[in-house]
Amino acid sequence: MSMFSLEAKLKRQALLDLAFRSLTRVSAFGVLVLLAAIIASLVIGSMPAIHAFGFGFLTSPEWDPVNDKFGALIPIVGTLITSGIALLIAIPVSFGIAIFLTELSPRILRRPLGIAIELLAGIPSIIYGMWGLFVFAPLFADHVEPWLNNHIGPLPFIGEFFMGAPMGIGILTASIILSIMVIPFITSVMRDVFDVVPTLLKESAYGLGATTWEVMWKVVLPYTKVGVAGGIMLGLGRALGETMAVTFVIGNAHELGKSLLNPGNSISSALANEFTEAIGELYTSSLIELGLILFFITFVVLALARYMLYKLGKREGQAA
Amino acid sequence: MTNNSLYTRRRIINGAGLTVSVLAMGFGLFWLCWILWTLVANGLPALTAAVFTQMTPPPGSSGGLLNAIAGSLMMTVLGTIIGTPIGILAGTYLAEFGQRGWMAPVTRFINDILLSAPSIVIGLFVYEVYVVQIKHFSGWAGALALAILVIPIVIRTTENMLRLVPSTLREAAAALGAPQWKIINFVTLRAARAGIITGVMLAIARISGETAPLLFTALNNQFWSSNMNQPMASLPGVIFQFAMSPYEDWKSLAWAGALLITLSVLTLNILARVLFRQSSTTH
Repeated sequence: MSMFSLEAKLKRQALLDLAFRSLTRVSAFGVLVLLAAIIASLVIGSMPAIHAFGFGFLTSPEWDPVNDKFGALIPIVGTLITSGIALLIAIPVSFGIAIFLTELSPRILRRPLGIAIELLAGIPSIIYGMWGLFVFAPLFADHVEPWLNNHIGPLPFIGEFFMGAPMGIGILTASIILSIMVIPFITSVMRDVFDVVPTLLKESAYGLGATTWEVMWKVVLPYTKVGVAGGIMLGLGRALGETMAVTFVIGNAHELGKSLLNPGNSISSALANEFTEAIGELYTSSLIELGLILFFITFVVLALARYMLYKLGKREGQAA
Repeated sequence: MTNNSLYTRRRIINGAGLTVSVLAMGFGLFWLCWILWTLVANGLPALTAAVFTQMTPPPGSSGGLLNAIAGSLMMTVLGTIIGTPIGILAGTYLAEFGQRGWMAPVTRFINDILLSAPSIVIGLFVYEVYVVQIKHFSGWAGALALAILVIPIVIRTTENMLRLVPSTLREAAAALGAPQWKIINFVTLRAARAGIITGVMLAIARISGETAPLLFTALNNQFWSSNMNQPMASLPGVIFQFAMSPYEDWKSLAWAGALLITLSVLTLNILARVLFRQSSTTH
């Protein structure tokens, strides 16, 4: 009798095990379903626009809600340019901060300073937007943009990118604010991957008489370059999809000027500004197609980032 | 002689590089201080009792942010309640059951991508699958969008924290005859509790400042509404609307809201870190 009840108990536990495992499995599977659902809903939502404009949507600079003519070129270019400039600023700064936090900072300051930089990532993007619009942009218009006009403007080749009315809001302002926002993300990955470098390697270099800078530049960086590239891609993914901060300061103009001081538009800010006010199926559908394009671009960038970080992680596993 | 000049050059390069690194650190801190200072300088004078007791005003008159604060709280809490269990379960799968097969690595990869996916696209998604179907904006849609943002964060931290639990603990429980569901629920998840709570707090901090996913889901509401089936005001949404407006009263309310939201988000962030640090030193 007792054997029998034990068997029943074991059976019950095995059943509960199976139930629990299935529950966790279904939840994990939910993530895959979620991705599939996001892609499917965006594709279905953008079908009318895809039918109406085809591939021309990607290359047409036209955005005319009155006549129902839409093209994605200006927001796509705006998104890519702002993110690109943001990275140009953020990469060296993040590298500097990562060196400071891993090699130079006194031990007591390391943690509080690290948290301070991480808090930059914690500030909601709408706050960056408000600060950018009301505080940064006016100062930028009064002090920096006239200087750019006068000193960089006359230069050959690059000059024309910095000529324009000093309005404060525009592509360059959006890029600078974006760069501040992605610094903590890139810095955090760089710090993590710098920690992966075996102490032995670094100490050998120091033992040979290398300076701190040489150790960072010629030992740590080459060893971690895949991970650093992954961190940069991660920052790029963040910058591409950033919405509110950009919406406040980019100017939201469907124009493609040469100057970085001119107002422009990005995919996410076009969505934030126009989606709830869009009237008509084609207008809404074109905006959803913009969302689909944004999702596609960020997906590819983030997938590359993760692939690079996994690759570094694997090497770390082999070394250990 | 040449040796000496080479040595000097290397030292100069080193000095210059390290100086730039210190400057970069200062560059980062400079923006943080500037932004926080702006918030305090503009937000503190606007932060009156009326902010917490009155509804959002029509243009050109004074009022408060009560309905927006309530809406934000409701949607954040519901989003967390919906997202957290799914995230913990999926994270448990990745850490405890995902050693074999294709599913765990693929899920981990996709989850890491969703972690940094643009939140505005999540808003579009919920608009397409929910708002369009019920034909009006609603608080539920907002909570749903926020829940989708919570899930990847909780999955990531749950998996990481469970992996930190020593396998001797699992083996000890197994040796005592505990079935696997008991081992996970009463031993490993419990051992990883502090870390998982940290993850949930970081997720709450992230969604309470999110604006973009609420724009097309909860929309906004000028009046008091506790009905999750109706359009609902949220603090970030109101800040967006008021900051972009030409009215001074609205703008000062926007600053008050901005200060409130930043303070709560940063407090959550710091609390989560302090909490996790304490728990990791006591173990």
